[in-house]
Amino acid sequence: MDWGAIFGNAAVELISPTTAAYALAALGLAVHFGYTGLLNFGQAGFMALGAYGYAISILTFGFPVWGAFLVGVGASVIFALILGIPTLRLRADYLAIVTIAAAEIVRLLFTTNTFASVTGSANGLSGYKNEFAALNPLAEGSYGFGPFENNAYDTWLRIVAWSIVILAALFVWQIMRSPWGRVIKGIREDEDAVRALGKNVYAYKMQSLIFGGVLGTIAGMIFALPRAVVPSNYQTTLTFFIYAILLLGGAATVLGPIIGSMIFWVLLSFFSGFIARAVEAGWLPFMTSIQGGQLRFILVGVAIMLIVIFRPQGIFGNKKELAFVR
Amino acid sequence: MSDNAVSAAPLEPPVPTQKPIKTTGLHIGEAEPGCRKVDPILIADGVRRTFGGLTAVDVDHVEVPRGAITALIGPNGAGKTTLFNLLTGFDKPDAGKWTFDGRSLAGVPAYRVARMGQIRTFQLTKALGLLTVMDNMLLGAKGQTGENMFRALMPFLWRNQEEENRAKALDLLTRFKLDTKKDDYAASLSGGQRKLLEMARALMSDPTLVMLDEPMAGVNPALTQSLLDHILNLKSEGMTVLFVEHDMHMVRHIADWVIVMAEGHVVAEGDPHEVMRNPAVIDAYLGQHHDEDLGEDQSAEAENVSAIKELLDDER
Amino acid sequence: MILFVTLLAALTMATFSGGSAHADEVGTEFDFTISGNVQFNGEAQDGVAISVSGNGYEADTVTDADGRWAIGVPEKSTYEVTLDEDTLPKGVVVTKGGNVLEADFGLTDRRSVNFFLGEGVRNTVSFFDQFVNRFVNGLNFGLLLALAAIGVSLIFGTTGLSNFAHAEMITFGALMTLVFSVSFGLPIWLAILIAIVLSGCLGYGLDAVIWKPLRRKGVAVIPLMIVSIGLSLALRYLYQYFFGGSTSQLPGAGMTDLKFGPISLSPIDMASMGISIVVLLGVAYFLLRTRIGKATRAVSDNPSLASASGIDVDGVIRIVWVVGAALAGLSGVLWAYFRPGVSWDMGFQMLLLVFAAVTLGGLGTAFGALIGSIVVGLFVELSTLWIPSDMKYVGALVVLILVLLFRPQGILGRKERIG
Ligand SMILES: Nc1ncnc2c1ncn2[C@@H]1O[C@H](COP(=O)(O)OP(=O)(O)OP(=O)(O)O)[C@@H](O)[C@H]1O
Ligand SMILES: [Mg+2]
Repeated sequence: MDWGAIFGNAAVELISPTTAAYALAALGLAVHFGYTGLLNFGQAGFMALGAYGYAISILTFGFPVWGAFLVGVGASVIFALILGIPTLRLRADYLAIVTIAAAEIVRLLFTTNTFASVTGSANGLSGYKNEFAALNPLAEGSYGFGPFENNAYDTWLRIVAWSIVILAALFVWQIMRSPWGRVIKGIREDEDAVRALGKNVYAYKMQSLIFGGVLGTIAGMIFALPRAVVPSNYQTTLTFFIYAILLLGGAATVLGPIIGSMIFWVLLSFFSGFIARAVEAGWLPFMTSIQGGQLRFILVGVAIMLIVIFRPQGIFGNKKELAFVR
Repeated sequence: MSDNAVSAAPLEPPVPTQKPIKTTGLHIGEAEPGCRKVDPILIADGVRRTFGGLTAVDVDHVEVPRGAITALIGPNGAGKTTLFNLLTGFDKPDAGKWTFDGRSLAGVPAYRVARMGQIRTFQLTKALGLLTVMDNMLLGAKGQTGENMFRALMPFLWRNQEEENRAKALDLLTRFKLDTKKDDYAASLSGGQRKLLEMARALMSDPTLVMLDEPMAGVNPALTQSLLDHILNLKSEGMTVLFVEHDMHMVRHIADWVIVMAEGHVVAEGDPHEVMRNPAVIDAYLGQHHDEDLGEDQSAEAENVSAIKELLDDER
Repeated sequence: MILFVTLLAALTMATFSGGSAHADEVGTEFDFTISGNVQFNGEAQDGVAISVSGNGYEADTVTDADGRWAIGVPEKSTYEVTLDEDTLPKGVVVTKGGNVLEADFGLTDRRSVNFFLGEGVRNTVSFFDQFVNRFVNGLNFGLLLALAAIGVSLIFGTTGLSNFAHAEMITFGALMTLVFSVSFGLPIWLAILIAIVLSGCLGYGLDAVIWKPLRRKGVAVIPLMIVSIGLSLALRYLYQYFFGGSTSQLPGAGMTDLKFGPISLSPIDMASMGISIVVLLGVAYFLLRTRIGKATRAVSDNPSLASASGIDVDGVIRIVWVVGAALAGLSGVLWAYFRPGVSWDMGFQMLLLVFAAVTLGGLGTAFGALIGSIVVGLFVELSTLWIPSDMKYVGALVVLILVLLFRPQGILGRKERIG
């Protein structure tokens, strides 16, 4: 068994753009769920809007990178408004169902053949990376060391992705310490009480929904840059994975989503690598390699259950400060 | 008018044994349901709210006098909490209009009602459990710059104001004997302390009208006394108080005026001593407790329980 | 018209150019193959155009003299397989599931995709007839949705849990029927009965092993909901682990339709509707007339009050789980005939519509769930008269959002009390 390759592949995930994208999406979810108490199950929809908004702007309209970025962000702001207007006045569980439904609507609209000329329907889109690569100040060549060695494009992508994650984390940290953050946390605890103190709860929830959604959208763009945009990537399962990361790290924390994402991806990659090679080596005669792949989803599901039951505050959460210990 | 009475009240927190100074001469004409007041702060007209077939509130006309302590009493399910919800914008009536300080409040959302200076507390306390006691208090302050999302990112814009609010909160907490708890989570407070916190939090915004829904329910007798003092204190600071209470001893002790509700209607009004003798009031409570001491009651719950038992038993 | 003619021309061209190719000549450089056999009444259909697309890959072929076709694909992922109905003989159409099917790979490198052919004429049906047909289909779909939705609603009402794992309880019924009818060769009615009983046992087991201990622990409803999401994920891939990613048919699926004026229904459809109606009436009787049913409604109304009046709340919840799971299992069997096909994620495909139905009706009201289900079922089917069928679920979900905008508590729901 090639342990070196297994550990190497797992280490790659530590700073991969995908890990950064999940960390950012989870940070957005922390704003929604951990701080405001909004049960957004449509984070995959926000991510899809980011990915498609960026790709379509470049491919169909020939926008520059910053223009495509703004289109994605604008789309998610509109999406948040459409979602928020009917549901933010309702009980928390209604929001959960409506957001999950809205994210599915977004995915189905990107999948349908009706708009295939723009969205590429089930095949998705590719070929939008040149504009971003053109901004790369790094010379050709390879950077980094060991498992973290990458070519210029991949290094550039990692630098941008993780800079965005760090900036966003600082932003969230600062704003949650402000009086605005205090109102937001108050709403999580009891929105009627906050309303009775003269705060426009509806507007605050909307701001939170938009803010966390925009983080999810930017995450969607980072997620799209190392691969193609394919609608089947934005299924509800994506949202569940991000919840798993958030719960792992701690819902009402800033570091939790980031470290959670790193742990999640490193473990998942390690596990997949291990199982795949164990099956190859004939250690697991009752299992095919495909079943090995499915085993990791089973494991994520079980992990979500166990974390919620036995360590609801996550790794970084303070036992007391947690949205759902009530 | 009540002015002389207010200025005569002591400014220092009163000792528990202090005898409250009653404000009199609040109304015009007979003390009958819906009677006019000399200086009303809150006027409701034809406010009606139904839940399916049940008319929870149907108030023709009622006025709350300014600068006095008014008690709203009535048997369980009389519609007191519902009326509170309607007047504060937490619920929408089927019909009716009402004004606060001369401004119409119909259709005004709850947060804006609160900003106008009409602050309420809840029958079931709503302490924000996972915020510290101090954060709970700070949330009550009005007009904070840092509560705007964009200004929140520039601490220099709101730091001074935050310090002022903190000092004010500490002062209030000291008065309510919660200052030692200021860095604890509100969830760690006892039930009575939460009631105190909720009241203190409501006072952070310097309201003109404080509406308290059963502030004394579930609070032990020692604390009750100090809560009563706090309420009296509000009056001496020029605020108007409207509170719901089931304990008639308390009502008689501190209220300047009593409004009695039953089955959604205002059935009687008047001075706390007179109103107890009103046959309409005795009627309203009849069948539950015929004496004046209504105290705590679990009758509604018990009644519902037996209703369900009946529902199940009609099978046999 | 011109568009149509050019389209036809293009298709004819495609048929010709592909005509000489043998079925196994497309995409042979790849390891994975999607294949099928196009037959109608046991007769092989020659020269039918089939295309596969997905993941940036596209290929097409035509069937050979044995009706066989095969297309190699580069990756194990989901592809869309389309049968060009214009290349079928006159009077033959795709009857069930449409002429576009999704195919994803399971454990094997080959995936077979088969279309259900039947007698029929395309596009000559009048709008009214189409409407009536869709309406009946929608009613059928709505009724089977209702079976699942009532369980979701009862569980929500009694425990406050929005149970995402209901999807897997639906799939369970269909999978068990498949196992007992196809693998063990039992008659289908017996297999269905066994599947429903096992579903009930699953509900009992889940309650005993997971939900009851969590209730004891005093876990709040939102963490409970997240646990159910984790459970749903784990179970779904457990099914895939054991049953693979392919779609299998239950015995009798794809029976030819009978004609009743404009309405064409297969005997299975009729049986499905009949069973749904009978079972739903039974559930209504249970809730309205029996002691346990009344107790269930009382617990739904106010659990603490109910327990104060001597109702065994835990017992009621246990019954709700068993009944809810059994109904979900039955719903899964009917869904397997309606789609048609049994697959590992079939319940999850339906879950959102179930939630939409329950939300439409008002969370926690059993009869609201029934009405919501019928509305959703009818809407999904009728909307295909105007919008492309691959967007039919979009319509139902949009309606959900619109209804919440105007009636936030759902159709039959109650507003909550403040203060
Ligand atoms: N949201 C609601 N839905 C249905 N009925 C309601 C609702 N809110 C209140 N009610 C009904 O309206 C009536 C008045 O209730 P309300 O809470 O105002 O009584 P109350 O006077 O505050 O009683 P208590 O002294 O017990 O607090 C009751 O019969 C109650 O059941
Ligand atoms: Mg009340």
